[in-house]
Amino acid sequence: MVTRGRVWKYGNDVNTDVIFPGKYTYTITDRREMARHALEDLDPNFASNVRPGDVIVAGRNWGCGSSREQAAICLKEAGVGAVVAESFARIFYRNALNNGLPAIICPEAVAALEFGDAVEIDLEAGTIRRGDDVWHFPPLPETALQLIQAGGLIPYLKRKLGR
Amino acid sequence: MGKTFAEKALARAAGISEVSAGQVIDARPDVVLSHDNSAAIIQMFYELGVKRVEYPERLAIILDHAVPAPTTRHAQNHAEIRQFVAEQGITHFFDVGRGICHQVLSEEALILPGQLVLGADSHTTHSGWMGAFGAGVGRSEVAALWATGELWLRVPESMRVILDGELPRGVTAKDFALRVIGDLGADGGIYMSVEFSGSGIAAMSVASRMVLPNMMAEMGVKNAYVTPDDRVFDWLAPRLARRTGRPVEECRAEIEAGALYPDPDARYAAEYHYDAAGLEPYIACPHTVDNVVPLSEVAGTRVQQAFLGTCTNGRLEDIAAAAEVVKGRRVARGTRFLVIPASSQVLQAALERGYIQTLAEAGAMIGVPGCGPCMGNHMGIPAPGEVTISTANRNFRGRMGTREAEIYLANPAVVAASAIKGAITDPREL
Repeated sequence: MVTRGRVWKYGNDVNTDVIFPGKYTYTITDRREMARHALEDLDPNFASNVRPGDVIVAGRNWGCGSSREQAAICLKEAGVGAVVAESFARIFYRNALNNGLPAIICPEAVAALEFGDAVEIDLEAGTIRRGDDVWHFPPLPETALQLIQAGGLIPYLKRKLGR
Repeated sequence: MGKTFAEKALARAAGISEVSAGQVIDARPDVVLSHDNSAAIIQMFYELGVKRVEYPERLAIILDHAVPAPTTRHAQNHAEIRQFVAEQGITHFFDVGRGICHQVLSEEALILPGQLVLGADSHTTHSGWMGAFGAGVGRSEVAALWATGELWLRVPESMRVILDGELPRGVTAKDFALRVIGDLGADGGIYMSVEFSGSGIAAMSVASRMVLPNMMAEMGVKNAYVTPDDRVFDWLAPRLARRTGRPVEECRAEIEAGALYPDPDARYAAEYHYDAAGLEPYIACPHTVDNVVPLSEVAGTRVQQAFLGTCTNGRLEDIAAAAEVVKGRRVARGTRFLVIPASSQVLQAALERGYIQTLAEAGAMIGVPGCGPCMGNHMGIPAPGEVTISTANRNFRGRMGTREAEIYLANPAVVAASAIKGAITDPREL
């Protein structure tokens, strides 16, 4: 699985309230509508300019705070190909994989990549490329790849339960 | 090699004799918690093609996030949840007004020491106050738990936080929690299990202990644990007896027998010691919970709203502390003081003791038990440019509804004193 796009770069401790505001959590249920509010309180330019395959690159503890799954869903629906960070808040990490959004830990790439860089990420090979630069990350576990391929936990489990 | 609390609790939840940090297990939680988000989880559950919840008696559904419903949309969510609860025979359902899910789980003794609760709420860590393992998960995962009763978990590494001595007057568990988060940072406990112990913890009331694992969510932890003792067993036993109709003594023995304690030679990734005597009231400043300073550094900052409540600090002792501060005083002109009890039981006890009367006389507004404006749903949304001082656990930008507002976090007496003065105030100086 390969994703290609441009880098949107952010800092440390970006919380789920600024990724998807709490005031929408019980009023917006349509996934496309969620995408229109992605990063609303962090970067008002994001939702209207993000393109399919774009990659979020961030520092430590991306997605801290609330467990709200819409924080992962809104990015997935906005077309984000992957989030690359120094570290993830644990519930966001689970929510990302459970919605088919690759969450990649690669501090070296985070240190080097800048806003607007064109990157290519190969999930099976565990590589992030920018031109001739290559960074390696531990390939995702088989179960995580299956989740991503299936499009998330619900479709994955549906198939597994044979329904 | 000895085992940590997390290793023991997750071995139990996986039904295997021994697990170690780093291992991935299939856990079968005793309780699966959800709240207003159950409406969205129901949709996911049916997408799985499953008709019946596997273990309806393990579900706890508590409506608290937007109660009573502020809009038709919210009301419709609640109605869908009520219908599902009836169809699936879910007995542990608590409707609008009963209180905040974490508080209600405790009051109803639905979760007990040594047990595992997984919830679609990041503050599911809360139940660690009694020595249970509580961890937040996502909505999809709760739908999966409803369908199958199990979920994979990675056994976390553990760290210890030890508090010795007696907290000075005016310094609370909230201040201690803020200090730890300020010291270690928003990712200071990422993926970890945090174990609290020491004489300073043992001296804390049950209500104060609840603050610690609740706040640890703000440090990125998977769960947090407070060593259970007689005070915990005595608090839970009559509640379990009331719910189950069994004798209190029998319940107490069962609760105590289920408690888990780490081995003395368990391995810890880190250990932090605090001397209670050296602590003071702290404030988390906008816009992150780890932006912590001593109260004295921000005293005098004007506030337009003071909010006492939430799963962190909406209990009887918090309301009592506020009532003591405001007794015979008036809320400052230009400042709104909002008090929302964490549960209906807290509200009734506060009424019986006259605290609500005192607060209302001082000019406070009293809200319906629930989460209130904590995450910006309703009942006290600040205007752009306004400053709120709150007993809640989060002050992220936009948290209470608008990104142009500021939120300071503090202990209940500080929030009450700030309501009286219209500015951030140390209650010891009133």
